[in-house]
Amino acid sequence: MSEHAETHTHDDHGHHHHKETFVTKYIFSQDHKMIAKQYLITGVIVMGIIGILMSLMIRMQLAWPEKPNVLFEFFLGKWAPGGVMDADIYLALVTIHGTLMVFFVLTAGLSGTFSNLLIPLQIGARDMASGFLNMISYWLFFLSCIFMIVSFFVEAGPAAAGWTIYPPLSALPQAQGGSGAGMTLWLVSMAIFIASSLLGSLNYIVTVINLRTKGMSMTRLPLTIWAFFVTAIIGVISFPVLLSAALLLIMDRSFGTSFFLSDIFIQGEVLHYQGGSPVLFEHLFWFLGHPEVYIVLLPALGITSEIIATNSRKPIFGYRAMVMSILAIAFLSTIVWGHHMFISGMNPFLGSVFTFTTLLIAIPSAVKAFNYITTLWKGNLQMNPAMLFSIGLVSTFITGGLTGIILGDSALDINVHDTYFVVAHFHLVMGISALYGVFAGIYHWFPRMFGRMMNKNLGYLHFWITAISAYGVFFPMHFIGMAGLPRRYYTNSNFPLFDDTTNAQVVITVFALIGGTVQLVFLYNFIRSIFYGKKAPMNPWKSNTLEWTAPVEHMHGNWPGEIPHVHRWAYDYSKPGHEDDYVPQNVPLYDGEEELQH
Amino acid sequence: MTAFLTTIIVLFIAVAIWQMVKIFDLAQLGASNDQVATDKDNKLNGYLMIGFLIFIYAITIACFIYLGDQPLVSNSASEHGLEIDSLMIISMVVIFIVQIFTQFLLHYFAFKYRGEKGRKALFYADNNTLEAIWTFIPVIVLAGLIIYGLFTWSSVMNIDESEDPIIIELYAQQFNWKARYAGEDNTLGMANVRLIDIDRANILGLDESDPNAQDDVITTELHLPVNRPVLFKMRSQDVLHSAYMPHFRAQMNCVPGMITQFGFTPTITTAEMRLNPDIVEKVANINAIRADKKEEIEARGQELLYEFDYLLLCNKICGKSHYNMQMKIVVETEEEFNAWMSEQKNFENSLIN
Repeated sequence: MSEHAETHTHDDHGHHHHKETFVTKYIFSQDHKMIAKQYLITGVIVMGIIGILMSLMIRMQLAWPEKPNVLFEFFLGKWAPGGVMDADIYLALVTIHGTLMVFFVLTAGLSGTFSNLLIPLQIGARDMASGFLNMISYWLFFLSCIFMIVSFFVEAGPAAAGWTIYPPLSALPQAQGGSGAGMTLWLVSMAIFIASSLLGSLNYIVTVINLRTKGMSMTRLPLTIWAFFVTAIIGVISFPVLLSAALLLIMDRSFGTSFFLSDIFIQGEVLHYQGGSPVLFEHLFWFLGHPEVYIVLLPALGITSEIIATNSRKPIFGYRAMVMSILAIAFLSTIVWGHHMFISGMNPFLGSVFTFTTLLIAIPSAVKAFNYITTLWKGNLQMNPAMLFSIGLVSTFITGGLTGIILGDSALDINVHDTYFVVAHFHLVMGISALYGVFAGIYHWFPRMFGRMMNKNLGYLHFWITAISAYGVFFPMHFIGMAGLPRRYYTNSNFPLFDDTTNAQVVITVFALIGGTVQLVFLYNFIRSIFYGKKAPMNPWKSNTLEWTAPVEHMHGNWPGEIPHVHRWAYDYSKPGHEDDYVPQNVPLYDGEEELQH
Repeated sequence: MTAFLTTIIVLFIAVAIWQMVKIFDLAQLGASNDQVATDKDNKLNGYLMIGFLIFIYAITIACFIYLGDQPLVSNSASEHGLEIDSLMIISMVVIFIVQIFTQFLLHYFAFKYRGEKGRKALFYADNNTLEAIWTFIPVIVLAGLIIYGLFTWSSVMNIDESEDPIIIELYAQQFNWKARYAGEDNTLGMANVRLIDIDRANILGLDESDPNAQDDVITTELHLPVNRPVLFKMRSQDVLHSAYMPHFRAQMNCVPGMITQFGFTPTITTAEMRLNPDIVEKVANINAIRADKKEEIEARGQELLYEFDYLLLCNKICGKSHYNMQMKIVVETEEEFNAWMSEQKNFENSLIN
């Protein structure tokens, strides 16, 4: 970030060194730390702000349906004549909010920022295996953001078929306005996004396998790296399937094929499609869609593991069990997609199979939750903002995860499928949890990224109000869902049956507005700290992992001299026989010191 | 002009928040502040953790008091709904026990072990017995839930043709529902959207030459005789829809190009349900809320007074008016049903020649 990084010349490790210009340093950078920051700003901050703004507009519409609202008029323009939101744009907001948050913020933003920043630094590598691919990956992501944003401005509106874009709704411009040019741009944007994600994931996998420093065996990897590594593998396995689904959908839309369409009569005419099935699309979509949940969640859990151990001044409890449960979750995540389709018309026997595999995921999840709790037990908890967000994550992960037991049960899913119960469930377990992971990661590694500290008191303010709002929004939402209120309804004013949920809708919206507003505190803290934050020491949190052995000022190659060697696992906190309550990984074992068998 | 003013106001609010945060920020400057948690911070946040735990419990209780009387776990109007409800209640009980217990441990530990200078944490990295305990307890509990769930699922989805169910087609289109009764032969006539002929009022695309189709009856309200098994055949003519009948714990997607099915037996007539004390209370509550919003509701041209009815809702995003795609369901006695049915026109007679 500062001028020192530019002028460093002590490049005695033989790393190739070019003269840096503004363009190569800040724009077309191949340095993993700069790319991480680019992902952070584009993916998390910019796309996050857009996504959250959309969710607030959705909430205001639900609380005060069909009422004029100056914000609608301002942001939606012709889509909110007289300030009253149009039903079409409501669905578009729901769709784009989902797409942005799931893919752009919590996949690209989260993995892009922290995998890029931490993989080389924590395994002791000079950079990613391919800095060039890494740069291409970011710029493809940037391009996909541009396409997505451009799609907001097309004549008939952006994609509005839900983030799951089930055909035929997404395939036929006759079915809704958003399925015209808006959907084309959505598909193009996602195709580019997937290419970016694949390049990134391949890079992460190769880097973790090949570039670990001396002594960094797989069983000494910090859990962050395990999580990023496994996430990348799931991504490589499942994202191509979504790409194929998107390509087939493009074929159906533009070239008259019938992969997903059959027997359609719409707007007074029979279409030529014959023999395809929307259920096939659902299978392809959820073959990515479910692993995607873990692509979002696992990095957050990895970040949490690291932060909870560091701030508890204790080893993470059950390292081996934690790794095993990450692997188990990853494996199971690829064979549970059918629980999104219990009532799609597929054979009920398949429903039984998917119920079985789905509920199995609760086991490794429970192991993780209990291990986090046990890590806190008899610790010496340092309540830094990152720690608060990590504890918050465990809390929402439990609350949100438990209702998965209901939704994963095919018999119970019949009645709560696609109601607000589902919305509450997945927002808590993957939305809020993963966002907490992002915040925890930013607070924790901000000194590593920008060489400065974030203000902790603002961090506390941010956490507590966010935490209360998150429960205030999503806890009552379960009950609205149990009343049978379907999701994606522009308003329920045509159903007197649901009139007794209207007060709850207002309460939820008020919490959402508070929660949304308090993110400004974070934004202020983030931006101000980049420029005026207190200068960070080398290892502010007294952490064991290698990234804190590198100089505060960023430099190509990460370490000025030799790469540190690793002699122990990452979790020797408060180890008896050591004076300090932490022992960095590069400190050799003293004579007679026993290394834990992990 | 409005847009301009709005921009200014939003801008001012943002600046105001920014400034307030800045004052808060600058007020911290005096203290020695390296932005790492001190004992004071640990203590404060430790206590807040307990406060937060209480908040979680409070919001749980508040939700149960104010929103807990929702119908989806009680007053099922179908036979299989009772099985689903008891599974739901058992799952809920398990969930709430685990939720209350784990949230307590998490927040209590966060409070109890808040950091103090000079204290050293316990170096405790592993314990296979503990890991085994919290692997096997979930295994056992989940095994129970899975087995119970699978039995319920197969009993719900199993359609027993020998019980002679009345066969009804649910036909979905943007943005309304139609029901097609199979008529006296209880066999639905062949149909395909390619045969739709709006001019002749053949709106569901029935095969006019199929003898089974002649006595089919197409309606815009769904009437069901009580205590008689119904087998629904779902069809959609344009996009995905989902036939959601929450009171009967029934839902199935309607997929263009294929026929899906779901069967159940309604057990409580609409008239009986209206007398159910829970429903009476709910309706009174809703009407009180509606009375407060009288003008708004009348401006929309809706009836002010709400009376309970079973509903079929669309529960799969299907386009602009997805939020208003519904059909009234009337469950009635066999005699009432037959009387209603005799008033309906069959397909043969409804065609315009």
